[in-house]
Amino acid sequence: MRGIDVLHQASRAIASQPLRALLILLAMSIGVASVSVLTALGESARRYIVHEFESLGTHLLIVLPGRTETTGGQPPLFGETPRDLTLDDAAALLKSRYIEALAPINVGSAPVSTGGLERETNIIGSTAALQQVRHLSVAQGRFLPRLEADQSAPVCVIGQTIREQLFGNRPALGKWLRINDRRFRVIGILSSEGQSIGVDFDELVIIPVASAQALFDTASLFRILLQAKSKRAMYAAVDDIRSIIRSRHEGEDDVTIITQDSVVSTFDKILSALTLTVASIAGISLAVAGILVMNVMLVSVAQRTSEIGLLKALGATRAQLCWLFLAEAALLSLAGALAGMLLGQAAIAILQLLYPHFPLALPAWALLAALAVSLGTGLLFGVIPALMAARKDPIQALARH
Amino acid sequence: MIQLKDIHRYFQVGEQEVHALNGIDLTISDGEYVSVMGPSGSGKSTLLNIIALLDRPSSGRYLLNGRDVTELDDNTLANIRRDNIGFVFQFFHLIPRLTAAENIEMPMILAGIEPRQRKRRVAQAVASVGLSDRAEHRPEQLSGGQRQRVAIARATIMRPGVLLADEPTGNLDRASGISIMQLLEELNQQNMTLIVITHDQELGARARRSLHMLDGEIDQ
Repeated sequence: MRGIDVLHQASRAIASQPLRALLILLAMSIGVASVSVLTALGESARRYIVHEFESLGTHLLIVLPGRTETTGGQPPLFGETPRDLTLDDAAALLKSRYIEALAPINVGSAPVSTGGLERETNIIGSTAALQQVRHLSVAQGRFLPRLEADQSAPVCVIGQTIREQLFGNRPALGKWLRINDRRFRVIGILSSEGQSIGVDFDELVIIPVASAQALFDTASLFRILLQAKSKRAMYAAVDDIRSIIRSRHEGEDDVTIITQDSVVSTFDKILSALTLTVASIAGISLAVAGILVMNVMLVSVAQRTSEIGLLKALGATRAQLCWLFLAEAALLSLAGALAGMLLGQAAIAILQLLYPHFPLALPAWALLAALAVSLGTGLLFGVIPALMAARKDPIQALARH
Repeated sequence: MIQLKDIHRYFQVGEQEVHALNGIDLTISDGEYVSVMGPSGSGKSTLLNIIALLDRPSSGRYLLNGRDVTELDDNTLANIRRDNIGFVFQFFHLIPRLTAAENIEMPMILAGIEPRQRKRRVAQAVASVGLSDRAEHRPEQLSGGQRQRVAIARATIMRPGVLLADEPTGNLDRASGISIMQLLEELNQQNMTLIVITHDQELGARARRSLHMLDGEIDQ
């Protein structure tokens, strides 16, 4: 029997029972659609977050004061009292040959006012290097001037939201802002950045780090952002940072170093696992669809007993009968899978309309996997009915009328 | 040439062993016209099923065209059946979703014959049973006599040497029955061996050779 004839006969049999076909189609398409939508959601969440971290900057290292570790002995088990990170530490780190640029960060919250308008916002103290390390772009004016780190200056760079709220439509460049009881001249306005891992640059005021230390009356730093010279230099830089800190902190490298790629790969792993889990849960619906395929095919085999007997009398071999019924199951599953793919794509398109900023897309591998799994399910669950058809005794099958 | 040598067929029915065939010795030459008669349960259908290779004898030997077919595997039997034996049933056994032409085409599809040749042979077969204008009708749109003609065209489409008919007129009125018998006899005149099971004495008497069965044995 020719393959094309098998498919043709199978499709004739499917067409003769439209309700049965529709039911399988429905079950299979819901399964495939839910797998593709959930995979698209998971995969897009992964890509979104990985992209967010990558947009932090390339070869980024973050040094935080203090180290979390289990030291044993009496409780509390965690950590030792850390020594502060200081500007001198930062200056020492910059001497490492693996470090391209470095921005010390100081953070505080303070009221910002001008011309009778006032709001509380986050103040970042840093240096000119912050622009390079965090890839900030300036819409108007310029970024912080290149000063010695311990040199203060009454200048500030503000985010778009702050500009809008404090100045409205009036020009902000060159105007004075009052932060706490100090005055700073606005020398630059950041381009709108949007959120980036919880830091909203639009709501920030950036001032020189020494000014921030004076403003908040502290000598310590919140953290230090470093940019390594290359991706490979990142790991050498980590060792270098530890040894520099150790030599400066009485033999203790009491800092925590976060490399950007470790954060990215951790999130990547977590979210990949999550996607897989969610897709597997959706896969249960595919299994249910497969069982429905089996059920419907079993009924079909029972209903067509005399036809099976006839085909045997006409000289059909067991293998031919098996293929005929298997082809039916496969065609039904395939049609269901295709309908499910369309349904899934439609659902994704609707979600994309509802959440235009979330980059939703179904990866090609997921589409192919859903297709393959549904076809596999159909074949797997179609085998038992097909074998039952092939094994029927032709005399008994013909006698039933 | 059909040669049956001491064929027995037992069925286990509950505790009891039923002897459907009890030592059948039978030789039917090519081109013969044989009718098999006898009361219900005399083993007529079992005999026909064994000749058709749908059933295996419990003991004895069956030679079809000189070849021992008693011990062959299922696939080989299916192929021999497809190429050598045509079967006509009392209840027609047409596939309801297929047209008359498609029903007739089915054995050639199973044999893997290419479509152009199939179409040509179906057209010939439809014409030879006088149903050219009904070829695209489905079985439910045909009369009983027409359905049996489709079944005969299907049974002979592979040009088998042997045509078996199990009560071919059992479900038809007298006029259609006779015209079906005439069709079968025409095929027999083209040197096709014809074996017909029937209850009808009159129809049975039309055959050149008549076998009478009782309790699984042939008593001439």
